[in-house]
Amino acid sequence: MSTTAEGFLAHDDGHAGHKEPGFISKYVFSLDHKVIGLQFLFSTLIWFLIGGLLALGIRWQLAWPWSDVPIFGELVFGAEGGQMSPEFYTMLFTMHATVMIFFVIIPVLAGAFGNFLIPLMIGADDMAFPTLNMLSYWFMWPAFICMGASFFVDGGAAAGGWTSYPPLSVVPEAAPGSGMGQTLWLFGVTFVGISSMMGSINYMTTIICMRAPGMTMFRLPLTIWAMFITAVLQAFALPVLTAAGFMQVMDRLGGTGFFLPEGNIVNNSAAAAGGGQPLLWQHLFWFYSHPAVYIMILPAMGMVSDILACFARKPIFGYKPMVYSISGIAGLGFVVWGHHMFVSGMNPYLGMTFMTATMMIALPSAIKVFNWLGTLWGGKIIFTTAMLFAMSFVSMFIVGGLSGIFMAATPVDIFIHDTYFIVAHFHYVLFSGTAMAVFGAIYYWFPKMFGRMMNEFWGKIHFFLTFIFLNGTFFPMHILGIVGFPRRLADPYHYETFSQLLEMNQFMTICAIGMVATQIIFAINFFGSIFFGPKCGRNPWGANGLEWTAPSPPGHGNFDVQPVVYRGPYEYGSPEVDTDNYLQTQPPPEGKESD
Amino acid sequence: MGKFWAFVFLLIPVLGVAVFVAAADDANYWFPIDVSEYGHNVDRLFMVILWLTGAVFVATEIALVWFILRYDRKANTAPVKFTHGSHTLEVVWTVLPAATLLFIAIYQMNVWADTKVRRPEEPGVVVEVTARQFEWRLRYPGDDGKFDTPDDIYTVNDLHVPVDEEIMVRLKSQDVLHSFFLPNLRVKQDAVPGMEIPVWFKAKSQGAFDLVCAELCGWGHYKMKGRLTVQSRADFDRWLAELEAEGQRTQSEAVENSETEE
Repeated sequence: MSTTAEGFLAHDDGHAGHKEPGFISKYVFSLDHKVIGLQFLFSTLIWFLIGGLLALGIRWQLAWPWSDVPIFGELVFGAEGGQMSPEFYTMLFTMHATVMIFFVIIPVLAGAFGNFLIPLMIGADDMAFPTLNMLSYWFMWPAFICMGASFFVDGGAAAGGWTSYPPLSVVPEAAPGSGMGQTLWLFGVTFVGISSMMGSINYMTTIICMRAPGMTMFRLPLTIWAMFITAVLQAFALPVLTAAGFMQVMDRLGGTGFFLPEGNIVNNSAAAAGGGQPLLWQHLFWFYSHPAVYIMILPAMGMVSDILACFARKPIFGYKPMVYSISGIAGLGFVVWGHHMFVSGMNPYLGMTFMTATMMIALPSAIKVFNWLGTLWGGKIIFTTAMLFAMSFVSMFIVGGLSGIFMAATPVDIFIHDTYFIVAHFHYVLFSGTAMAVFGAIYYWFPKMFGRMMNEFWGKIHFFLTFIFLNGTFFPMHILGIVGFPRRLADPYHYETFSQLLEMNQFMTICAIGMVATQIIFAINFFGSIFFGPKCGRNPWGANGLEWTAPSPPGHGNFDVQPVVYRGPYEYGSPEVDTDNYLQTQPPPEGKESD
Repeated sequence: MGKFWAFVFLLIPVLGVAVFVAAADDANYWFPIDVSEYGHNVDRLFMVILWLTGAVFVATEIALVWFILRYDRKANTAPVKFTHGSHTLEVVWTVLPAATLLFIAIYQMNVWADTKVRRPEEPGVVVEVTARQFEWRLRYPGDDGKFDTPDDIYTVNDLHVPVDEEIMVRLKSQDVLHSFFLPNLRVKQDAVPGMEIPVWFKAKSQGAFDLVCAELCGWGHYKMKGRLTVQSRADFDRWLAELEAEGQRTQSEAVENSETEE
């Protein structure tokens, strides 16, 4: 089944007559896409915890500024008497964003679910390049080590914001975290980029070349479409970030001045290099990082589409418009980066261009929301935990999508730029959106991953509490933003304009603590179910996709027989058959040609 | 359970609208008071978008809640509507939002042009603002109206402007990025080292207002606080004259003063 030399090699390992792979080659340096997917999943879950604790540090300071930090205070700031320093605060939000974006969201979507699902959903026995696939996971480790070590170097981890704007990030005198921590940050991000690039090439090749017979492009599940478009985005956008990161490394270590203007004096020491332009970094950075925003949401949209159709027991509404809107988002995603820079000092005429393009990118997102609602309409909804998370994705994405229109409007953005309105917007998209979709996807595909079911009762408790607490945490941020409450301020309350907002922040912090605590329920359910969950068959949800025809968990090579595909993945409730699901592999009844 | 989950999802539109209505009703939780010539355009545009998106928000969220209630497997006895979509509907919900979004885009271009493109031809006061870690250094041109002459007047963090006059700020940065944010005038502009960026505004009423740094500039970012005083032309001239008389003509003296104040 595999068309590549590596595929054959990987396949041979597990065959009779050869010796069984040892523990190391089976679970550590594995070539199996499922194991690699799970390695990504476990790594990202651990970083999710770290990123969440960093967020609590931020929330603590905003609710009770300069007070003793409980539990961690003595440990981390013993020298300062248990209170957080402003340097530490800047490091907290920098690393919170870095960890969540580069170590959680991107690798959990593309790395964990992309790896696990692509071969299973297209009917392949593995990825096109299994060795490359293994390397894409192991290249995350230098990144993990760089970022992890940066917390302990002199000056602490990077503190120039996750956007790493120069000159703050380039000139070591500018901030304590702009020392070794920033250099490690740049190397860490570069390694993540290498890992993503390896994954993206592999995904594109696999999806184009290794689909099962009958699996045309327009019979692919939307998850796979989203993964495919995401891979294309990564392949085109990443080189720019890598180049920009390398330029920044050269500015820091090699004495160049790509991003440093002439005659810059930082902290009373004149910079030797000059002739560069700080805005150049912003253009290069956002040329990658805006498409990256869609890298962080498209796979979630795809997975939500699959879950919604399955538990509405109804075909997805408007399959092709969904595919076109994913592609439209990706295409437009390359021409909207300037909307991060409306007040940056770039030519104001450019603001108008980017604003129009940005308004237009709201359109495919709107089309997707309408089609998800259309999918629920007239269905027979089953309220599984996965379904609740998928529906909450739709509900929350509406909030996050609509709030984007405010900042797309340039004059409004002048006021709300760099305020908590922005923070509200991207947390609604990335946490309330993507993270909720990831939870849904974990509940949905867990049986396929481990051959056991997660507990539905505790799943629903987990959903309910997360849903309530996340809105308590993030919704008031819109109001903060309307008052003008700026991001990244360790203590905004000494400004008259913002002094009345302390109580609101305390409420939000309490909700945030509740939200993080709720994840303990998830952790127990997740890890407990791996060992003690009730065993399940191949298709516990009565779904249609190819992955549900493989054993749970699928063995090496995935399928016992070569799957042949007769129709798209969303033919739920088809009048052609008596059952409400209609597997993609089920031959059509006599005398009927199925599409 | 369908009813329960419908109720949970209903919380979003109900509480969402309630929070916005309550906040809009309380000056503490809404836009800071606007004292600028152009600011009301920004606020009005915000409200236009808020009404438009608010309507879409309520409609879509209620539709979601209604579907959860109506199409609960336990409540819905009818067979599923086996449909793959509707061409007409797709066209409708593509064209309508597209038209609305284009409307918003075109509607606001003039406001943007007023604040960022069309510079005032004869500003009443020109002031140079140089941001540095973690203070705002200010320079007025003095009697001759020209910068880089001996009568330039320097001060730190204490921006004074006359009321009802066009103010032209020449925004610079000495070290890293900063952002010149006057919440009450709806003004925000990043200061970029190596660039001089024009910023203009016109204050309509007198008073003292916050000047906030809105772009991360290092550990002391949170305390990079300035003060904007809007006063009558006479008071402004008197203030400038006093500054001049105190002999704070050189930047270094102004800095020394600001350091002893701390």
